[in-house]
Order: sequence, then structure tokens, then C-alpha cells
Amino acid sequence: MSNNKVIEVEGLTKMFGDFIAVNAITFNVEKGEIFGFLGANGAGKTTAMKMLIGISNPTSGAANVAGFDVFTNAEDIKKNIGYMSQKFALYDDLTVKENITFFGGIYGLSRKKIKEKSTILIEELGLQNVSNQLVGSLPLGWKQKIAFSVALLHNPKIVFLDEPTGGVDPITRRQFWEMIYKAANQGTTIFVTTHYMDEAEYCDRVSIMVNGKIEALNTPKKLKEQFKAKSMNDVFLKLARG
Amino acid sequence: MSISLKNISKSYNKVNAVQNITFNVKQGELFGLIGPDGAGKTTLFRILTTLLIPSEGTASVAGFNVVNDYKSIRNNVGYMPGKFSLYQDLTVEENLDFFATIFGTTIEENYDLIKDIYIQIEPFKNRRAGKLSGGMKQKLALCCALIHKPKVLFLDEPTTGVDPVSRKEFWEMLKRLQQKGITILVSTPYMDEAELCDRIALIQDGKILEIDTPKAIVKHYPKPIYNVRANDMYQLLKSLNDYSHNHSVYPFGEFVHYTDSRSDFKPKELEQYLESKNLLDIIINKTAPTIEDTFMELAK
Repeated sequence: MSNNKVIEVEGLTKMFGDFIAVNAITFNVEKGEIFGFLGANGAGKTTAMKMLIGISNPTSGAANVAGFDVFTNAEDIKKNIGYMSQKFALYDDLTVKENITFFGGIYGLSRKKIKEKSTILIEELGLQNVSNQLVGSLPLGWKQKIAFSVALLHNPKIVFLDEPTGGVDPITRRQFWEMIYKAANQGTTIFVTTHYMDEAEYCDRVSIMVNGKIEALNTPKKLKEQFKAKSMNDVFLKLARG
Repeated sequence: MSISLKNISKSYNKVNAVQNITFNVKQGELFGLIGPDGAGKTTLFRILTTLLIPSEGTASVAGFNVVNDYKSIRNNVGYMPGKFSLYQDLTVEENLDFFATIFGTTIEENYDLIKDIYIQIEPFKNRRAGKLSGGMKQKLALCCALIHKPKVLFLDEPTTGVDPVSRKEFWEMLKRLQQKGITILVSTPYMDEAELCDRIALIQDGKILEIDTPKAIVKHYPKPIYNVRANDMYQLLKSLNDYSHNHSVYPFGEFVHYTDSRSDFKPKELEQYLESKNLLDIIINKTAPTIEDTFMELAK
């Protein structure tokens, strides 16, 4: 595999009984790229993502993530990626510091390293006053920013973000994207799903899934040209109902 | 007035969830509460649907006081909470029948009102509610909230986590219900949905920032806004954030929305500055403010 491709997917398929949830999808993601993975509810995004992060076995096809095969090296994939979702990211009943220590430990960082990273993270996010508060007491936007930083603790090659900004206030949502840009600029690959179509415009490339298939994949600019649409929202509306 | 709140406050222990909220919703109006997670929207819904007693202030719904006449309110309103709250182990049809029976009516009696929505989920009427997709759950919840023909409909974040196509369809359904004379109070974190309401209240940290029609709200935006674009988004954002004259810098799709702190701002100067930061293909154009711009300016 070429050094610049951190995700390579070919003909990846997942069936549940007769139902084809993911239908032979093929795409690559480059190192440091912000890749937007869009689709309507039920289009198969979550199922596809689960295969890529090594927690669901594909029915057929091939996929290589962070240099490892999803069929044979799923455990190695888990060590080399970061993951956060809207639904689960941190433990509400642990403090900010405890969450960082816990996830640092899970990813096998040394105590010294955890302490070091913890101090930097808390300072960068300006959390000095709340570092000993339970995460459950913090606003959603803060939680999501902390969760993203925690997902980057072990310097993963790729971070998978499943609707990270749902319900977050508009200012924090933008701060979150500035964090994404920064991480991508430092070479981390970002794989992100969102229902905010303005966020689709922030991606380097965007794929749109419809009924289990990838029906479009290109830069936002080219997709708008291709579908003669003014915005990514229009592109989505034209495509997503099949 | 269909809904009326006067100086409503609610605190939990020491935390003020909502503070001194006053607004009215007219009969047949589609009124939006626009604000992020934690703004206090759900607390307001719970007070208006008689599930919470306010710490201070008075409120009425459909002419009934939320504290004294709570039973009458419950018969006259439909409520769709943010969290899916139907019986997961009952089928689609059983859920609907259950809610109709509780309110002393039948599905047939008010079928007119839900027909447009129900036919979309009817093919799955024997499926358990827990096994439905997100979009279908939402449609079933709306049917259950409507089955007793309420005067006022409360919808707490009905479109959160819903894709743009389904969101559009949902708002078309709301418009049709409004035409049938139902007053609707709906909350959303999506600023683009604000434009579809007759009037909106922008809410953050338990306080109302502004109440008006969507058109009037964007007119109040205090500064000219510029769309700025260049070849490298990350460097562009960094450079604009470092620029000493900036008033606000927010990414907006393919552009950055920029406002300047000076009244005699000259775009040419900014262009030269950005060029000095090695940015290419620079475009700076005046643009119209959106609800989201206004919200961020007020929330700053």
C-alpha cells in the first residue's frame, strides 16, 4: 500500500440476513485529509464505520485501516485510531482528569506521559477551573472538545468522529472545527460524519451514502459543480432520497 | 394568547435553568425556541406541559394556568419530548391505539389529522416501536402527540440527529399542521430551521437573547459581514484570528464570516494582510447576516 493512504476500502459489504446494509463501497482516504462521510439516517454510515474501526466483521470485500487489515488485524486497528461519537465519548461520573487518566491508561500510555498530556490538554482547553469537576456537570460543547482531545491522546493516525457536533452551540461548534483543522494540519487523518451541511463544506472530500452505496465522492466544490447545486445542502437533498 | 409566560424562572438547587422568561405565542402561530443543548429549552417545555412547577412567575397554555389547571392542560396539549418516549415493546399500531384510548378517543375519530404522517409508517404498523429507524420513530411520536387533536403542540428538538432530507420533510408536516389551526412551539439547535418559524426566541444559558420574526432578527445585526475565502482554510482562520482589527471570525461553509472592529474598514487592507501571510486566491465580499451570525453575536 502506498504510504499516503491511511484508509483503503474496496467492495466492502455488510449483510444482515437478506438485507444489504453496506453495498460494496470503495474509497481511499489520504494522510492528513478531512474526510466527510455523509448520508441520510439508515443509509449505512454507522455500519460502515463499525467495520472500519474493527468492531464489526464485514461480509465481504477488503479494507485496510492505519496499515492493518479489518479481517485479520482488528485489534491493531483499535490501538491506532481514536474514536468519539455524539452518544458516547466520556464517562459522566468521572472528573475531567479521571477521564483523561482512564483513557490514557486504556491506550497504554505511561503514568508520566498521562500526567504530561493531561496538563497540556487542560491548559489548551482552558479547563483549569473545572478539571476536578464531574464531566456530567459540564456543557455539551465542552464535553465534546474534551472528548476530541482525549481521542487524540495516543497520537492515533486516524480519528473517527461520529456526529461530534450534534446539538452543540454554534460558537463551540466552530471552535471544535478549528481543533479538527489543527489536528489535520499536524498530519492526523479525520473521518467525520455530520448532519450539518455547512460542516460538509469544511471537509477536503465528502462521500454521500444512499441505501448502502456511495453515490458521490469528491471535493465539496466539485460535488456542487457536478450536481449544479449552490450548497452542499442542495447536493444532499438532490441525492439522498435516491 | 395560546401560550403565555410571565417572568418564569426555574432553579434546581443553586443552578438557574431558566431565568425571568417572558413571551407570548398567538393562536395558530409556529413559534421556535432556538438555542443549543443546555440553554433551558427542555425546562420550559416541562413547565408548559405541567411536568415541572416553576420556581417563580406564571404561565398559561390554551387559557389554563400551568399550576392550577394542570389537568385541563394535559387534555389540550400534545407533547413530543426530545427523548423517544413511546413504548418500545408495543407495535406502531398498539402505541397509537394506547394513546388514543388514554385520551378517551379513537384512531378513527381523529384520523384526518394524522393521515398524511401515518400513511408513511403504516406499512410497518405491526413492527415494534423499538425496532423502527430514527425517522420512523419520530413520525410515530408525532402521530401519538396528535391523536387527541390538541390545541397546542409542543415539540422538543424533533429534528436533532435527523438528516437534512428528513428534517425538510418534518418541517413541511409542521406547516400543514399549522394550517389546521394548531399552535406549535418547537425547539431546535439548527439555526437554519429558525427561518421556517413565524417568530423565534433565541435562548442561551437560561435567558432569552431576542424575540422577533426571523427577518427582523437578522436586520438587527450591527455590522457589515464579509465572506472571506482563500486557498488554505486553516491558515486563513489562523491569520484572521491573529489580525488585530477583527471583531469576529467564524467559519461558514466554504467561507469565513468576518467582521471588523473599525467603522472605516477597507477590504483591500485585509487582502494585503492576508497576502503577506502567503495566502492565495483571496476573495473578500460583503454578505448578508444569517440567524446563526446574529445568535453568535448576541451570545458572545
